[in-house]
Amino acid sequence: MAEHEKITMAQAFNQALRDAMTADESVLMFGEDVGALGGVFRVTDGLNAEFGDARCFDTPLAESGIMGLAVGLAMNGMRPVVEMQFDAFAYPAFEQIVSHVAKMRNRTRGALTMPITIRVPYAGGIGGVEHHCDSSEAYYAHTPGLTVVAPATVADAYTLMRGAIASPDPVVVLEPKKLYWSKDEVDLDEAQPGIGRAVVRREGTDATLIAYGTSVPIALEAADAAAAEGRSLQVVDVRSIVPFDDETVCAAVRSTGRAVVVAEAAGFASVSSEIVARVTERCFHHLAAPVRRVTGFDIPYPPPKLEHLHLPSVDRVLDAVDDLQWDDV
Amino acid sequence: MPSHDFLPSEQPVQLLDQDGRRVEDPEHEFPADEAMLRAHEALVVGRRVNEQAYALVRQGRLAVYPSSYGQEACEVAAALVLADQDWLFPTYRDVVSIIGRGVDPVETLTLLKGDWHCGYDPTEHRVAPQTTPLATQLIHAVGVAHAATLRGEDTVVMAMCGDGATSEGDFHEALNFAAVFKAPVVFFVQNNEYAISVPLARQTVAPSLAHKAVGYGMPGERVDGNDVAALLSVLGTAVDAARSGAGPSLVEAHTYRMQAHTNADDATRYRQDDEVEKWQGRDPLLRSEAYLTGRGLLTDERSASISARAEAVATVMRDGLMQDVAPDPADLFDHVYATPTPQLREQAAFLADELSREGVS
Repeated sequence: MAEHEKITMAQAFNQALRDAMTADESVLMFGEDVGALGGVFRVTDGLNAEFGDARCFDTPLAESGIMGLAVGLAMNGMRPVVEMQFDAFAYPAFEQIVSHVAKMRNRTRGALTMPITIRVPYAGGIGGVEHHCDSSEAYYAHTPGLTVVAPATVADAYTLMRGAIASPDPVVVLEPKKLYWSKDEVDLDEAQPGIGRAVVRREGTDATLIAYGTSVPIALEAADAAAAEGRSLQVVDVRSIVPFDDETVCAAVRSTGRAVVVAEAAGFASVSSEIVARVTERCFHHLAAPVRRVTGFDIPYPPPKLEHLHLPSVDRVLDAVDDLQWDDV
Repeated sequence: MPSHDFLPSEQPVQLLDQDGRRVEDPEHEFPADEAMLRAHEALVVGRRVNEQAYALVRQGRLAVYPSSYGQEACEVAAALVLADQDWLFPTYRDVVSIIGRGVDPVETLTLLKGDWHCGYDPTEHRVAPQTTPLATQLIHAVGVAHAATLRGEDTVVMAMCGDGATSEGDFHEALNFAAVFKAPVVFFVQNNEYAISVPLARQTVAPSLAHKAVGYGMPGERVDGNDVAALLSVLGTAVDAARSGAGPSLVEAHTYRMQAHTNADDATRYRQDDEVEKWQGRDPLLRSEAYLTGRGLLTDERSASISARAEAVATVMRDGLMQDVAPDPADLFDHVYATPTPQLREQAAFLADELSREGVS
């Protein structure tokens, strides 16, 4: 690996967009401030200069319009990639996503398809003010017809973005803002598992931590801390929320018999609830304790000076692990 | 272009008065005889489609039918001004336009019959699926047009909506995007005075819906929506302008929804009969018929062939909709994704098993 340069997750997304646009002329990148500026997070840096205004362009400032434009472009042979500048600014596009992006293939029995990539910088931990830190994955995951991915590593940022753009179906790519500047030495040409596959990030034998996106580094850190105390925690990175990889996740949980799901979204009626339900339904006889969750509180995302109280922390994860009825064994 | 050039006419453009007499208007070209005959034929067919669909609702063969009875001139003109390579974006009330574009009538009515959502292949005649969320399809029309522009194709998109839809945010976003991208789109609003029960005065206090174009930097025009000659002229000019690269425009047709919103609606709760009667005298069919008869163009022979064609379409509708073809339960899962997810495969198997045990499959 030493021969590879360290790049950030934002650069990996950028490279994925550049490579996809080079490979296929029908790939278009558009949204707010994605042209000359290169996006507020610089994920589209240099694309306008390299591919021109026809391929990477700024639109009027209107998210429903951006999403609806993508629907029309897809109807007429393009592969649009749109940027929703921030998670909570994507809500005006929600009707277009739910009523058209997600349903068009089904409505027309496959005559019209929607190969659209919806890039959503998501979640908190960046000191963002109100409406800049939502974890909106449950809304998308609850919508049949959408694929939803949440990369947690630099390599996955590249792989899952390429997979999203290549997909014949609409894909919501949740880009963890907090991890945009995380760095890793990666070989982008090295094949990673595709959309629909979870991966075991760390082997362990005592309990399984299940996480995605921003929560994966927390889970890994918790596993490190637990190892120092003599407890071996396995970490599963979900990567693909829809389709969900029941097989990998459940095999992992069966191997340890205990599980904690970590996600920063509010816990009520959430993706973490769904994971607990699926694991419980499928692994009940392998479980030594109820599956626990460490999630955000059921509150609107807090202001920057209070967000540390809301977000899952290593200590909370370790406390949840401690709670997995070890004494009953 | 100075902004006053975007302003619509003082009065809706009219080329045939209520009795079918020519109205002199040097600024708008009157359609050729053959175009008028073709439009009249489409009007007669369109009226027959509306009547037949209404009857099929009463017979329980259609779940619901939002009729364009009285608005047929708008319906047929929107389809007639387009070329094969163009696209039509209809609403749920635009069945007559869709059939006018060549889509099979039975496939067109699939949504309202309830067998599936969109019953036709939108790419075959370049007709987008009918949509019920208002104005959302207008921005799709801009996307289709913009894709055509990017590829250098000669395509114009006719994007239809009603007066109520002009209050939606997507109406604004679509017109603004179209203007900024100079997309070849004609936005065609059928102002039939009502959004279900709510009259136009509750939607807007703008001087007219066509005036809204000025704010987007595109021309607006208004036209008598029961005058097929004026519609062909105004919409034809708008399509030609879009095709020549002049960008989008907005056309508002003044018409009237003669029947209730759908068969499930009771219009007597919100409007008076005398208002409806006033519009009966403005029927688009009577107008074109009087004009063509007066000019000696509508011979008995031609009239008979037009009626026969209308009956043939009605027969196709009856025959198609009287058939009970059980929808395939597998369709529920087959088109959600290109490849069903493992979870959907499980659910499809569950349903198949349940149906086999019930002996229903």
